[in-house]
Amino acid sequence: MSPATLRPNSVAEVQEAVRTERHLLPCGGGSKPALLTPGEGQTVLDMTGLGQVLEYDPGEYVLVTQAGARLSEVEALLAQHGQYLPFDPPLGQQGATLGGTVAAGLSGPMRQRYGGVRDFILGVQFVDGVGQLVRGGGKVVKNAAGFDLPKLMVGSLGRLGILTELAFKVFPLPKATATLRVAFPGLEAALEALYKLAGSPIELYALDLEPPATLTLRLGGLAEALPARLERLQAFLGRDGERLEGEAETAYWRSLNDLNLGEGALVKVTLTARHIPALEAALGPAPRRYLSAGHLLYLAWDGELDALERLLGAQGLSGLVLRGSTHRPQIGIDLSQAMAHKVTQALDPQGRFARQPYAAQD
Amino acid sequence: MSPVLAELERLFPPGRLLHKPGELAPYESDALTAFRARPLAVVLPESHEEVVQAVRWCVRHQIPYVARGSGTSLSGGSLPIEGGLLIGLNRMNKLLRLDPRERIAVVQPGFINLQVSQAAAPYGLYYAPDPSSQPVSTIGGNLAFNSGGAHCLKYGMTSNHVLAAKVVLPDGETVVLGSESLENTGPDWLGLFVGSEGLLGIATEVTLRLLPKPETYHTVLAAYDSLAKAGEAVAAVVASGLLPGAMEIMDSLAIEAAEAAVKAGYPLEARALLIVELEGETPQVEAEARHLEAVIRKSGAYEVRVARSSEERMKIWKGRKAAFSAVGRLSPDYIVQDGVVPRSRLGQALAEIEQLSARYGLRVANVFHAGDGNLHPLILYNGRVPGELERAEALAGEILKLCVALGGSITGEHGVGMEKKAYMSEMFAEADLEAMRRIRRALDPLELSNRGKMFPGEAPALRFQGVHPLEQAGVISRE
Repeated sequence: MSPATLRPNSVAEVQEAVRTERHLLPCGGGSKPALLTPGEGQTVLDMTGLGQVLEYDPGEYVLVTQAGARLSEVEALLAQHGQYLPFDPPLGQQGATLGGTVAAGLSGPMRQRYGGVRDFILGVQFVDGVGQLVRGGGKVVKNAAGFDLPKLMVGSLGRLGILTELAFKVFPLPKATATLRVAFPGLEAALEALYKLAGSPIELYALDLEPPATLTLRLGGLAEALPARLERLQAFLGRDGERLEGEAETAYWRSLNDLNLGEGALVKVTLTARHIPALEAALGPAPRRYLSAGHLLYLAWDGELDALERLLGAQGLSGLVLRGSTHRPQIGIDLSQAMAHKVTQALDPQGRFARQPYAAQD
Repeated sequence: MSPVLAELERLFPPGRLLHKPGELAPYESDALTAFRARPLAVVLPESHEEVVQAVRWCVRHQIPYVARGSGTSLSGGSLPIEGGLLIGLNRMNKLLRLDPRERIAVVQPGFINLQVSQAAAPYGLYYAPDPSSQPVSTIGGNLAFNSGGAHCLKYGMTSNHVLAAKVVLPDGETVVLGSESLENTGPDWLGLFVGSEGLLGIATEVTLRLLPKPETYHTVLAAYDSLAKAGEAVAAVVASGLLPGAMEIMDSLAIEAAEAAVKAGYPLEARALLIVELEGETPQVEAEARHLEAVIRKSGAYEVRVARSSEERMKIWKGRKAAFSAVGRLSPDYIVQDGVVPRSRLGQALAEIEQLSARYGLRVANVFHAGDGNLHPLILYNGRVPGELERAEALAGEILKLCVALGGSITGEHGVGMEKKAYMSEMFAEADLEAMRRIRRALDPLELSNRGKMFPGEAPALRFQGVHPLEQAGVISRE
């Protein structure tokens, strides 16, 4: 039997749903199906009815949208004004919404330059577990008033409240970009170059490691300065690499954010470059790409997820399954931590947003 | 001695437990000297375990407490609680680990902000958040109040540079929030903790992110015959697609004060000065500088200076950084406000502040972070004239309401603390505050941790106290 679905068209209807439904699972564009496996008796709340851009003044670098707004539409609007979301959210072409992006806490390769989704969220409005509408943060680029509820919601997977409105800081798009792909003789040499670059004043929009040993580097800025900067980058590395420019370059990065890595479950893993050698020894043929100087790994895993959990656990790492069949997408995450437990109960005392077995404090 | 204090004496040796009136006096206020309260006692822990012991003692006896570092809070956030415990963290001031390869520093909460960058400098790295209190303010305090500085538009605030923290929760339990990774899975508990003003716990170990130092700086000083023109120049820079590291504006009163204090060589007759700083890779900065020059030329600046050396750059910044304490030369006392407005409303905000200033009969100098809309109106008053302090506070309150009405915030970087808690209801609805209170009570049912701050409620009466001794000595400044 397919689960019951509600599609609210207003914040008041979201509140109403929280007050009347026993268990709720908010859903955006459905681009991360592993996070959307409804449990028994769980009503799916389709948030795409709240899809408006509410405020956008390019001169403020601030964008306010409803949570169900589609990434692809928002990015097209920003691009018309020469701006973008610097955390480079993935899965836009797959229909991802901004609410789903925040709830899953996802950023893409370009996060290397200015930061991830947590660094660009300014304000949030959500419906808590008792149906109250709550606002936190603000709509200005600098703000220190009250608890930072916007950041708290990043990665919250709908467990703390149903996002209805979001405010982000946006930035000007680089006027021109160019990419250099540099192959190294082995992982050790590639990692050495990765560390050297990450600690240098060279400002990269992306610093990706593609196993076994290729660094893919993206430069952005004024067109007139790019040739000199590319040459400096090549000299810094002592290698020429392969240049990507123009439409091919843009298309390359655009397609990467589809996260079509290969067969199996799509998993996000958080780490630092220090973990890479051990992971490379353990992950076998699983297709993967390390982003942002080794702080973020996207991985396609064709085997048992329990095996991946053990493998990550051995490194003290955690992950989030985005695509694939599972009732437990959070792997290696300690959900019993005292602060987590108490704050979750404060915002959702009756366990309206809990996953099975519906403990008020899972 | 009471049995309760005797118990504390068994936990802390003499010299690290202060309870005599003379010993307590230096701890009675922070950098917002209009408030003062005498704690029951001060303890000076030297380890995580001692912080846990102190917190557990407070819970056992239901005694409210405040943790503090150097006490430079401008919002009264580190003000002690009358009859409560003050947990002074200045002795926990070690750099535990500096890892230049991973670009992180692990410090104790009493470590000084500026010393992070000093320790990282040999590796070409630095710690980005730069509140003007950075020569004295501690990382623990910076975390609690999510401190800012002059570079927030591009680089974010403290919260964007903290990777992990070991935290003593208000019930004495210890949790580790965050990790060394810039990415996270699960709700961002660390994000909630940073900026919680000491209400959600005490950080005893903090992992900070270090950034590579920019290769080149390009610093421009432009003089205008009106504040409005300087504001329009900022909008033009933004519209051009440039993203400077800092954009700062000073008005004529602030220029006069800064010039008198440090002789930065500013054009004295200017009605407004704009400082714009680009930074980054040399070929990029050189190209950006040409675009910036064109924008500034069109903006109606009557004089433009470009720093030709790092000495000239430091001189431009010296005047800006000294502006606050320099205003002390123009007036016996002043209050600093910290509201934020959307950048496009800066002109309107400044015009309305000017009118308020005239209405209240108090001078207001303006120095502000124009790039992120963070105003710092300095309200000049004389505390020895009866009623002036109250008038200055009322004017400050009007400015905060104005910032909220224009779509901004009551605080950009100083926090709510004691000073602005009455204005939280201007910015947030009751349901918003109630949700925050629920989070607070879930972790601290007795509301012991920094009781009486951030949430609207009773505030002690203002008392004129004069300038903070550290400020008088020129050690700290208010920004």
